[in-house]
Parts: sequence; structure tokens; C-alpha cells
Amino acid sequence: MDGWEGFVAVIGLTVITVVTRGFFFLSEREVPIPNWLRQGLRYAPLAALAAVVVPEIVMHQGRLIATVLDARIYAALAAASWFWWRRDILGTIVVGMLVLLPLRLGLGW
Amino acid sequence: MGIAAWGLVAGVAMGKSGLPLALMVFMSLTVFAGSAQLAALPLMASGAPIWVAWATAACVNLRFVIFSAQWRPYFMPYPLGTRLRLAYFTADLNYVMFMRRFPEPRPAPEQLPYFWGGAATNWVAWQVPSLTGIFLADAIPVHWGIGFAGTLALLGLGLSLLTDRATGVAGLVAGCAAVAAYAMPLKLNILVAIAAAVAIGLLMDHGTPRPPSAAEDRT
Repeated sequence: MDGWEGFVAVIGLTVITVVTRGFFFLSEREVPIPNWLRQGLRYAPLAALAAVVVPEIVMHQGRLIATVLDARIYAALAAASWFWWRRDILGTIVVGMLVLLPLRLGLGW
Repeated sequence: MGIAAWGLVAGVAMGKSGLPLALMVFMSLTVFAGSAQLAALPLMASGAPIWVAWATAACVNLRFVIFSAQWRPYFMPYPLGTRLRLAYFTADLNYVMFMRRFPEPRPAPEQLPYFWGGAATNWVAWQVPSLTGIFLADAIPVHWGIGFAGTLALLGLGLSLLTDRATGVAGLVAGCAAVAAYAMPLKLNILVAIAAAVAIGLLMDHGTPRPPSAAEDRT
């Protein structure tokens, strides 16, 4: 995606920022929060994140990775363990990268 | 501090996404929604259709829709133009701080200056590290895999949403479906995965079998 297409995508993302953040106070009419939204909210954001994240970790050029010599697996495992232990996203990123970089630069995984 | 680190990670991920640098600077300055940006990035970079990237970003942003209902009593007296500008800046941090400072849900004249002060601080605290990250990433070789920091950030964010067994199952379903359906054209695997996970989640909430009632029997 580049050129005008990327530009249109970014403009659209900006519109999404404004519309989602202002959803219930942009219209004059009082709109009650529909039930499906309350329930969908429990799952949709998590589902979107998992759908983006999991392939980024276990796939390479459109295929499931067939080797255990991939730095991303260990980085993700270490990062997830850290999160379970400390529940802190910043540390999760740092720990994951601290595992990723030596494996990738040192061993070429 | 937290927001600065988050901005730096998002910036690095943007800089390493393979998309044009100018577009990433433009994205950082306009979109102003870290997790939605990070989720849309790999889709944009892999040539997914625009609407798939938009739908994914909208799902990640759903929490703001719920926040917006809480903002309504404070903001309704202002004209639409002001409300649009307010909407753009109501990020997570502003929400938490504002609601702590003004727990009473009614408008007051001192609220807007408070809001704009917080919003401006937040915007600068986000943009400076984000832009720094974009240009920093440009100087680091691709094979280091620095862009993976963005994936790790989303991983942590996703784990923070796991609250019980039902959300765990939904997350698992989404991850597996996204991998299994990877071969689908147009990155539709992302949308399939979201739909499958939400459907499973709602089924778990409502799926308790109940005996057919008399009314249903008559059909």
C-alpha cells in the first residue's frame, strides 16, 4: 500500500479515531448503548489483536514456521511469561526484545 | 513515561513496517491511536485492502465507543465542531484523569481548560517519541527485527484483555482462525478470525441450552 492508497487509508484511520471516540456524544439524539455492543466489546478488541499478533509470531512468508529455531517464538514466550508475572506491558516489550535480539544477531535465528 | 515508551515502540514499528517514511510521519501526526495504528500496520504493509485495515482498527478502538457514552453528559452543551475536536483527543489517559477529576457527570466551565491541557500534554508526549521512533528505526538494519517490538506491545495489550475463560477461548479461536485462514485473499483471515471469536464468545454467553417453550412448539 503506497501513494494515494496509503494516504486514503491513513485519512480513514483518522476518521475512525474521531468516530469511535465520539460515538455517543456526536449525535444530538440520546442513543442507549445497545446490548450487542456491550457484549461484543468483551470479545472484538481481543479477537482483533489476537488475529493480528498470532500470525506475526508463528508464520513466515505465508506459511506456519516449521522450525523451532525462530527467535520470535522464544521472544513471544518470554514476553508473555513476563506479562503473567508482572502484568506490565512495557516490561513485556523489553523482555521480549532482550530475548529476540541476541538470538537473532548472535545465532541468526 | 508509559505513554512515551508506548509512542517510541509504535514509532519504531511504523519506521520498520516497510511503508514510505513520509506516510508513517503523516500517520503518526493524524491517526493518534497507538494500538489501532499498530494493528493496521502489518495489514497495510502486506497490501490488504483498505477496508480490512479500517475494520480491524475499528474493532481495536471499540473501547472508546464505550468511553464516549461516559463523556456525553459533559460534552453535549458544546457545538458539534467543538465536540468533533474533543472526540479526537479523548484517549485512554485523558479519560482516566478527567473522570477522576470530575466524577460528577455534568458540564462545568473549568472542564474544557482542564481537558485541553491534558490533551495537549498527551499529544506532545505521544508525538515526540513516536516520530523519534520512526526516524530511529530508519537507522537500524531491518534484520535486527526491531519492528517486532510492535507485535510484542499488541501481545501484552491482548493478554491484558484476558479476564476469564470465555475471553481466553475467544482469543485462542481468533489466533487459530487467523493462522488457519491465512491463505484467504485480501487478508480476510483477520476478519474471519474476529467474526469467529465474537461468535464463539456470544455463544458461550448465551449458548446454555434451554427446553423449547410452548410458544416455540406451535411453529
